[in-house]
Amino acid sequence: MNSNFLRNDMVLMAVFTLVVLTMPIWLAPIGAGYPDLLQKIAIYGIFAIGFNILFGLTGYLSFGHAAFLGVGSYAAVWTFKLFSMNVVPAILFGVIVAGLFALFIGYVSLRRSGIYFSILTLAFAQMSYNLAYSVLTPITNGETGLQLSQGDARVLDHALGIAQSGLPTPSFFGMEILGWSGFYVCAVALIIAFFFALRIFRSPFGMALKAIKSNQNRMNYTGFNTRPYTLAAFVVSGMYAGLAGSLLAVTDPLAGAERMQWTASGEVVLMTILGGAGTLLGPLLGAGIIKYFENIFSAYNERVLHDVFSGLPNGLEQIVVSFTSLFVGEGWQLTLGMLFMLVVIFLPGGVMEGFRRLTKLFRRDGPQSPAGAAQPAE
Amino acid sequence: MDAFVLQLLNGLDKGGAYALIALGLTLVFGTLGVVNFAHGALFMLGAFCAVTMQKLLTLSVKVKDPGVTFFDAYKEIPYLEVWFGDTGKAVIDYAVPLSILLAIPVMLLIGLVMERGLIRFFYKRSHAEQILVTFGLAIVLQEIVKTAFGANPIPTGAPDAVAGSAAIGEWLGLGAAVVYPWWRLIYLAFSLAIIAGVFSFLQFTTYGMVVRAGMQDRETVGLLGINIQRRFTVVFGVAAVVAGLAGVMYTPILPPDYHMGMEFLVLSFVVVVVGGMGSLPGAVFAGFLLGVLQSFASMTQVKDILPGIDQIIIYLVAVVILLVRPRGLMGRRGVMES
Repeated sequence: MNSNFLRNDMVLMAVFTLVVLTMPIWLAPIGAGYPDLLQKIAIYGIFAIGFNILFGLTGYLSFGHAAFLGVGSYAAVWTFKLFSMNVVPAILFGVIVAGLFALFIGYVSLRRSGIYFSILTLAFAQMSYNLAYSVLTPITNGETGLQLSQGDARVLDHALGIAQSGLPTPSFFGMEILGWSGFYVCAVALIIAFFFALRIFRSPFGMALKAIKSNQNRMNYTGFNTRPYTLAAFVVSGMYAGLAGSLLAVTDPLAGAERMQWTASGEVVLMTILGGAGTLLGPLLGAGIIKYFENIFSAYNERVLHDVFSGLPNGLEQIVVSFTSLFVGEGWQLTLGMLFMLVVIFLPGGVMEGFRRLTKLFRRDGPQSPAGAAQPAE
Repeated sequence: MDAFVLQLLNGLDKGGAYALIALGLTLVFGTLGVVNFAHGALFMLGAFCAVTMQKLLTLSVKVKDPGVTFFDAYKEIPYLEVWFGDTGKAVIDYAVPLSILLAIPVMLLIGLVMERGLIRFFYKRSHAEQILVTFGLAIVLQEIVKTAFGANPIPTGAPDAVAGSAAIGEWLGLGAAVVYPWWRLIYLAFSLAIIAGVFSFLQFTTYGMVVRAGMQDRETVGLLGINIQRRFTVVFGVAAVVAGLAGVMYTPILPPDYHMGMEFLVLSFVVVVVGGMGSLPGAVFAGFLLGVLQSFASMTQVKDILPGIDQIIIYLVAVVILLVRPRGLMGRRGVMES
């Protein structure tokens, strides 16, 4: 049984790796085959996968996860400024700082559960956001956002003599992170992050987290101290957020406080729920769908719509265009809100639940096939 | 002393808004057991009732401007002014108070539709799902308002008669330098009146008594042959009206834009939690308390000692209260502790 599981997971990992690395090819026909969007999908996928380790497994709904994303970004940009333009230390530093920050916030917030926990995390995130805008300006550069400049120290780069002229770009041991190389860095990080999430889901640690979700009191009665487990889950998911944040800084070395605002925390909740909380692939799917909508749909304006519906009779075309323009372009958030409500009302398990029902409908055995599950929902 | 009184008043009018929103949140939570993240959107909708009223009253006709003789110039004159002259002008001036008349039926209707159409399907679902679906609804509502009214704040003035400042310094014998905007005083009085109204509705009417009984033990009240569900639905409508009125009257203080609801929602939730989930007096008290604390924290003397405190004071208080008094200031045992 055990080896069977392992083999299945190995297959899942292999397929996952293949699917992620070939994203530029199979997403091109639906207009998503460019690195900017793909790396966003990968980054927010990591963010959502990490959030899911906390929310999906333990049921603790954090409304302040964007704070860790923001802290990761700041830490990565500071590494660029002070030490080296190499991405490896930046990512490591971003993850570690976000993890420490999560350790502190988690230690305090996890004393409460339910909505109190949500409010506590929200309060901490809003505090970080407000402070980043006001008093911490020397560290965060306030509204302008933290940027690279030519006068930065970059101790390691100068010691090794890799001084670039002009504004430097982040690099991976000499390879500049621009365009497609940026996507592949994010893709590799996503694959590693997914692998760790998979291991956590299958481990005794993951089982303990799921048990906490289903009945924490009973766990406590049996003499099981749940606090270290929830705290570990919180820190791990904070580190995922830090990884996502530092990757944001790697692909575009600029960190702003708006990344920590509570709407950003809400976004990752939306992604996770939309895809399916508690499932492995769901959060990534959710992130992909939302980022796809955001980038593709918001690009539609009335002129594009007129082209799309040009086949219709004139009066009808006008009506159809003015109706659909409510939902695309500037109005894509309306679509997002409605989609989200529909999912929560009718499909609380998210897109993954939809797949499961579909496969059940066609009477196939097994909950899902990995290849089919990795297809986007469009 | 002068600065102290001023900051106290400053805090109280903001606290009034927090208290009104938090009161509605607590009512909904106490009766239906639903965590309503769309409550801030109701506040925003109320504010836009005032905007709509102002737009309706100032529907204009183009007439030729007789003052310009060199060419044909046109100016827009509201119909009301054309028809009723100075009376019409006065009516337009009082657009914001008048929109209360519009807001009450509109918000009641919105509340009832929302409860019957969406919220009632979520009584039995988890709090997380309630939060999520109402959060989605809030996004939808604010996007609709954005499409209808645009993304920019819309200035909506107070009537001219109360546009200036009140010389409260002279009343209290503090010196003439202490002045305070009339409208904020009115807002404070208004919010106190609404709070008193809600409490007396619950405390002194038979209807309110039944509602309170239902909050204590819903099943028994149901067994006594009372349709408690319908009363709770009405309470939801009342909560929507309270939030809406808070929004209507707030427009002269803060020009409404489509995302004002979200900002107030976050703060009001903190207020509810600080006051104690399910406690109405707690919500009101915490609303005023946090408003005043925020106002004091933004004094320069305080900021010199603790830089940045004005930005975080509310959240800091919330964290401390939640850790020291887990049920909030006046929370009841057994509420939201599962």
